[in-house]
This record gives sequence, structure tokens and C-alpha cells, in this order.
Amino acid sequence: MNQISEETRFARWLVGAGLFVAVIGLILLRPLPFLFYPDLPYLGFVSRAMYIILLACVLCLFRIFKGPSAADRIVAVDILGIMIVGFCAILTVATERSWYIDIGIAWALQSFISTLALSKYMEGKGFDE
Amino acid sequence: MSDIIGLIFISIGLAFDVFGCLGLVRLPDVYNRLQAATKCVTLGTCSILFGTFIVVGPTQAGMKSLLCIIFIILTAPVAAHAIARGAHRCGVKLAKNSIVDHYQDDKEGENVIN
Repeated sequence: MNQISEETRFARWLVGAGLFVAVIGLILLRPLPFLFYPDLPYLGFVSRAMYIILLACVLCLFRIFKGPSAADRIVAVDILGIMIVGFCAILTVATERSWYIDIGIAWALQSFISTLALSKYMEGKGFDE
Repeated sequence: MSDIIGLIFISIGLAFDVFGCLGLVRLPDVYNRLQAATKCVTLGTCSILFGTFIVVGPTQAGMKSLLCIIFIILTAPVAAHAIARGAHRCGVKLAKNSIVDHYQDDKEGENVIN
């Protein structure tokens, strides 16, 4: 990595912060239409919440694609799995169907086991040690 | 009334999630990213599930969300500890401006004993 001057770093920080605030403001003020269930009890809140969680998932995907080492990618995959549980919880609030939270429980279990397996594989030792 | 309290809990959880992922993007090191992201996102998701319990009430979905809170609180620190240990053992460097590394000293002690 070659040296980056101070002004370039400040300009990049400014562009990134502006984009982040702009995307969050756009989601909060004018959310995209939410077409799967057109008549829900908390439609405005639920659509804003789902787009905010999708923004967080996009940040995780950025770290998965860019991460310099394998550990970064494993951290990002673990965080993505925990966040999908929250996504299922919001779907449960929206539709009041209890099987969405079943998907969340199963996803959390699978994410935990896969994270343990990947970290042990990265360490270079077996499970029983 | 309980609907509004539950939606406030869900909003707090969403804020924790977004700022945890922002820390995952912005911080300079694997260990710093792990510190920020795991704690923030675990607390945020637990807050979302608790808000779900308050909104839905003690029905099937509410009890399952309480079970999911217990499960996430039990498993997330274990996964984070395993990732940090594996990263340090396979030789991921710390950030440039970090000042102390106690685990490195402990590993040198292990080699002397064995």
C-alpha cells in the first residue's frame, strides 16, 4: 500500500460520510415501496426497518469482498448471520406468523457452528484439541 | 401502548446494528473490527428480538424470540473468542499504532515450557 496524502484521506472520508448520511436520510424520508405484503399493521415502520437492515448487510458484504485476510471475512460472515436473525424478527412483527422466528433460530445455530468450524480450520488444528 | 414501547426497542436495535457494521467497515484491524461488530450487533439483535416479544405478546412467536435471545447471548461470545484466537494463531498482524500484545507473550511462554 503506497502512501496516501492527508488531503486525499480527508476527501475520501468526507465522500463516505456524505454517502452514508444521504442513504440513511433517503431511507428514513422516502422508503422504496414494500410490495410483498401490501396491507400490514406497521407498514411504514417495517419497510424503513427492513431497508436499514439491508444497508447494514451491504456494509458487511463490502467487508467480505474487500477484507485483506481470511479472519476479516469470517467475522463479516458471522455478523451477517446474526443480522439475518434480526431480519426474521422484523418479518415476524410485520406478519405475525411464528415460523419466521423458527427460521431465525435455525439460522443462528447454523451460523454459530459454521463460524466455529471456519475459525478452527484457520487455526490449523482439529476440533478435538 | 406496548406496541410503541416495542417499536422503540426495535429502533434502538437497528441503530446498534448499523453502527456496528459501520465499525466493521471503518476500523483498521481484525481485532478492532471483531470488538466493534460482535458486541454491537449482538446487543442490537437481542434488542430487536425483545421488541418483537413486547409487540407480539406472550404467544408462540414471543416465546420463541425469548429463546432466540438466550441462544444468541450464549453463542456469540464463544464464536468471537474462537475467531480472535484463530486469527492470532495463524499470524494476522495487529494494527500499526497498537501498543501492547499480551497474547504474544503468553505464546512465547508456552514454547519455553514445552
